[in-house]
Amino acid sequence: MADDKDVLRDVWFGRIPTCFLLNQDEVTEREAEPYYLLLPRVSYLTLVTDKVKKHFHKVIRTDDAEEMWFEYEGTPLKWHYPIGVLFDLHASNTVLPWSITVHFKNFPERDLLHCPSHSVIEAHFMSSIKEADALKHKSQVVNDMQKKDHKQLWMGLQNDKFDQFWAMNRKLMEYPTEDGGFRFIPFRIYQTLSDRPFIQKQFRPVSPEGHVHTLGDLLKEVYPVALPNEGSSIPTLPVCPLT
Amino acid sequence: MSDNAESPTETPKEESQPPPDETSTNDEKKKIDVLLKAVGDTPIMKTKKWAVERGRTILSLSQFISRFLKIEGSEQLFIYVNQSFAPSPDQEVGILFDCFGSDNKLVLHYCKSQAWG
Repeated sequence: MADDKDVLRDVWFGRIPTCFLLNQDEVTEREAEPYYLLLPRVSYLTLVTDKVKKHFHKVIRTDDAEEMWFEYEGTPLKWHYPIGVLFDLHASNTVLPWSITVHFKNFPERDLLHCPSHSVIEAHFMSSIKEADALKHKSQVVNDMQKKDHKQLWMGLQNDKFDQFWAMNRKLMEYPTEDGGFRFIPFRIYQTLSDRPFIQKQFRPVSPEGHVHTLGDLLKEVYPVALPNEGSSIPTLPVCPLT
Repeated sequence: MSDNAESPTETPKEESQPPPDETSTNDEKKKIDVLLKAVGDTPIMKTKKWAVERGRTILSLSQFISRFLKIEGSEQLFIYVNQSFAPSPDQEVGILFDCFGSDNKLVLHYCKSQAWG
């Protein structure tokens, strides 16, 4: 993976300038100023917004404050999707900064999972890593790791340490040269106009005839309507290590 | 998502429904076979194999198991795929079946405490 390092860095350090605004219905003791952050695309909303919570807790009556949740133009934002996915899914046409509304009451139970602590995010993140490795290596690599290796992946993400994360994630991205790729490529296709969570299937990196599959081949097989026309080419996209 | 959220796909008929056999109707094809296995001291289910709608979520399945075993509402139930990872509650069993099913069924382990990290 060494030759991809520039791409990996660009993906990791992708940021979305965001403006957090307090929901107008919240009772405040004085006017709530907006709060600005550069959100890392590969992280989770509830992992990087402790400062947002602290900022708004200063102006609302803390007795009234329930679990913080986020909304964009009426859509509650699922914290367990990566931030970059949320932005591309709901707000890719927006003028920057991305304007997110912050709520402290009326938690939308049907739309969102609760996120009472960072350990809930850690469990979700590690499950994603394990699910991806089940597809890539029948879980062999992630099972061979020690507890501290798992911790290193998580701490790398939590503290935004590219080198710390990739020193370990590199192992999860390797495969024997003779195999030509993973057992299956972990991917998820999220759709804007669908209530279904996402498309996820088994997809081999190499066809039975031996040609290396492209992103276009994947879309043709699992989501053909996404292809604009026969014959037009799809640019190669970096593959996110998280499923 | 709340513990008492009822899935729209939930119907009482599942309680009494035997696993589909070779003579499955078209409608049945939208269902998949799920094999439920208990871990540790979590009670086992007499009926292990269930026909479950593909669109059913893990959350709704775990509520079904909890009700079936009369597990207290306050107790958590963890569900695992491949004895390795816990899918998120909004994940659909149909997708898990496509990716991790074998021998035409999806094996899920359930547990009252965290079994696999």
